[in-house]
Amino acid sequence: MRTVNSFVGQPIERLEDLRLVRGRGQYVDDLARKGMLYAAVLRSSVSHGRVRSIDTSAAKALPGVHAIITAADIAAASGNKIPVVPMRLQPMPEFAPFAQPVMARDKVRYVGEALAMVLADTAGIAEDALGAIDIDIEPLPAVWNWKLASENETLLFEDAGTNVTMKFRAALGDAAAAFRGAPYTRREHFSTQRHTALPMEPRGVLAEWDAAQGRLTVWGAAKVLFANRRILAKQMGIAEAAIDMVENDVGGGFGARGEFYPEDFLIPFAARHCGRPVKWTEDRREHLMTVNHAREAACEVEIACERDGTILGLRGHAFVDMGAYMRTNGAIGARNIPQFMSGPYRIPNIDIDTTLLLTNKTPVGTYRGPGRFETDFFRERLFDMVARDLGIDQVEFRRRNLVREAEMPYTLATIAPFEAKDELDSGDYQVTLDRCLAEIGWVEKITKLQGKLIDGRYHGLSVACFIEGGAAGPKETARLVLESDGTLTVYMGSSGVGQGLETAFAQIAADAMEMPMDRINNVFHGSTAYVSDGYGAYHSRSIVMGGSAVVDAATKLREMMRAEAARRLNCGATEVVLADGRATAPGGKSVSWGELAPEPISVEGAFLNHKHTWAYGAHAAHISVDPKTGHVALHDYVAVENCGRMINPLMLKGQLVGAVVQGLGGAFLEHLIYDDHGQLLTGSLADYMVPTASDFPIIRGYVMESHPSPLNPLGAKGAGEGGIISVGGIISNAIANSLSSLGVEPRDLPLSPPRLWQLIQDARNK
Amino acid sequence: MPVKFEVNGKPVEVDVEPRLTLADCLRHHLRLTGTHVGCEHGVCGACTVLVDGAAVRSCLMLAVQAEGAKVTTVEGLSRDEGLTPLQASFRKHHALQCGFCTPGMITTAHALLSEEPDCDADRVREVLSGNICRCTGYVSIVEAVLDARAAYKGDRKGA
Repeated sequence: MRTVNSFVGQPIERLEDLRLVRGRGQYVDDLARKGMLYAAVLRSSVSHGRVRSIDTSAAKALPGVHAIITAADIAAASGNKIPVVPMRLQPMPEFAPFAQPVMARDKVRYVGEALAMVLADTAGIAEDALGAIDIDIEPLPAVWNWKLASENETLLFEDAGTNVTMKFRAALGDAAAAFRGAPYTRREHFSTQRHTALPMEPRGVLAEWDAAQGRLTVWGAAKVLFANRRILAKQMGIAEAAIDMVENDVGGGFGARGEFYPEDFLIPFAARHCGRPVKWTEDRREHLMTVNHAREAACEVEIACERDGTILGLRGHAFVDMGAYMRTNGAIGARNIPQFMSGPYRIPNIDIDTTLLLTNKTPVGTYRGPGRFETDFFRERLFDMVARDLGIDQVEFRRRNLVREAEMPYTLATIAPFEAKDELDSGDYQVTLDRCLAEIGWVEKITKLQGKLIDGRYHGLSVACFIEGGAAGPKETARLVLESDGTLTVYMGSSGVGQGLETAFAQIAADAMEMPMDRINNVFHGSTAYVSDGYGAYHSRSIVMGGSAVVDAATKLREMMRAEAARRLNCGATEVVLADGRATAPGGKSVSWGELAPEPISVEGAFLNHKHTWAYGAHAAHISVDPKTGHVALHDYVAVENCGRMINPLMLKGQLVGAVVQGLGGAFLEHLIYDDHGQLLTGSLADYMVPTASDFPIIRGYVMESHPSPLNPLGAKGAGEGGIISVGGIISNAIANSLSSLGVEPRDLPLSPPRLWQLIQDARNK
Repeated sequence: MPVKFEVNGKPVEVDVEPRLTLADCLRHHLRLTGTHVGCEHGVCGACTVLVDGAAVRSCLMLAVQAEGAKVTTVEGLSRDEGLTPLQASFRKHHALQCGFCTPGMITTAHALLSEEPDCDADRVREVLSGNICRCTGYVSIVEAVLDARAAYKGDRKGA
């Protein structure tokens, strides 16, 4: 039986589920090492202040406390310097002064910043000891929002002389000329609120130092293990090769988990300092005040159009609240806002800048669809306002301005200062829009429902289009091993955060090797010991980059197998047929794959890529608003995405629907609220609300595959973020459409019931 | 202090601090790490276990409170060979991605279906609304639980 190309595209049930549904997954907190100490971190309760003194003597005297580490101990081991967490992405020298030290020494800049660490026999004793540390902090005025930051009256970094870390500018064409004499312009302002990815598994690190060998092992690393190893090796002054970063089962990433955090240094440092294994697991309160926040942005934007709705230009300013430091990937959301504000639309003239401002709040990083959720809310909200002004149907307005297939590849605005160019690779954006409208029953429903008051609720529908960038370069690595029994083992530089890599790569490897999936022993991924170099999981890159690396490795392995078979069967390598677990010569003589590998044959493959893939699609929703309470009921939600080529429909649709619901959290519920002292007021899951099973029952995801990417052998486009990108725009526009008779125009997220109720009151009192 | 109870059909006896939660006792003293701890304040539901048949948040219960009780964890609802109908349904419907909330979903759904094998989608959503999943958006989880109902009807009890 030939198995050529039969697994990719099939709804294969996941391999990892067999352990996960039985509670046999192994997450980092499930691990224990002999002689292990537990760490707890003392965190600043002051958002901005000078550290006068830390007295650990009483805490150190408690039974069961092994050691207490402060910044002084770290400095003593690091040439009187406190190591900082460097930028992983866009490491521009301008950002360097704002890097986060692994522990605060002279100054604290947000509530939750690490000040000391206790190592004790149990986690309970370690936490008890935190309360016995005496700490004196002189409070400074809190810069608790970006407007205050922009005044530069109180500075987070006095030496820098400013709270502005960077200004990016996205430019295309000549915006000033486009606005001069434009027949129609409109200026608006919008904002999105601070929220966070909230993976369900808390962060954790377990580290063990082998003094005899000079080797460090770190469990609990995720997402970008090789990059994190580079950072850690430098900070600890040891060779990269002396560190093994081990990836365990990971309970969700969504951009936040796996970036290098201060604890990723502190725990390994403690393990070396004490000569014993050390484990740290954060609690949820710690998580909410320390993990990367995201999405807090505002913009003033202006659009110029012809009277027929043809967009001439877009210009404006965005402002992003970065929190207290520039973390590893903190600049990504801020740079994506201006560059992708045009989305899938033809906007020939663009001039948008974005200002990155430091505040006394938790630092930011990426969260699924970074910058895109924000900028798509700004754009789609603006588009519906414009369409109404011009008397053009909202669908028609979008249709008129979508980039056409014939215009591909289509050049996007260039980002300065690093002159990053990007272009949309392929696709027919009208088709996904049509499919989305058909699935939701647009034509019939808008006639019957749009803006209508039915049984006390105002009904509304909206539609929006999006693009999703994926496949960030530069490279990914895969290693295939043909074992002596003819089975295959796969090792990947890609890393798993719960998305189902083992299944997807097994499907791809089985097809590329032309073998059954059950002859693949295992897919090992993430850990630094598996391949020579790995790049990990971010920017929807694993399928395209890792999957294409598997294809490359399989091609090489099959060549080696043919060569070996040719030698044994006395024929030409090109004459050998590899099928059904055997290598067969033209005369019919054959050997089994296992016989070709008396010693396992190992080969590494790679995929290099400097161009992004662009999945795309459309969302639509039907909601109704209770004007008495501001409550919104979601009656239907449709998300359509074209990903070029789908590896596993179960998994992709699962990610699409899951991402929509995360986006609904951002549109309605999730908000990290700070008071004017910089205190986080939403430090538990009772205050930080996320969607539950009863909130949004009907979410429908559809995947299309008509336009394979020309940029990789699979034809795949990175997907998995597309479900979240449109949600803010969709919900706010559906609400505006439902309440058009009252003139309600949402401009700020989240649209929680009290906020929407207030908008309704304001509109009525106008 | 010493405490005796039954876990997954086997008697256990542990000596614990009075402040130790049942979740930490199961995970770290008895090494049953299938029970996950996601929030430690009773909101996320990842730590749900069955105590005398009822779904309970093991992060809100002290180990000493389990004295004399019959505790069932996800390990006790699993077989060495193959999956139970509920687990197979989770797999078939892709009702998990990262798997961290899954043990709590399985224990909660098992308790529901054992009591109410004829429950409808609204009831499933109501009961599962105490368990947070960040990956799936819940649609597939509800489908999986509904699809597993047949296995709980009559005498089969999900076995």
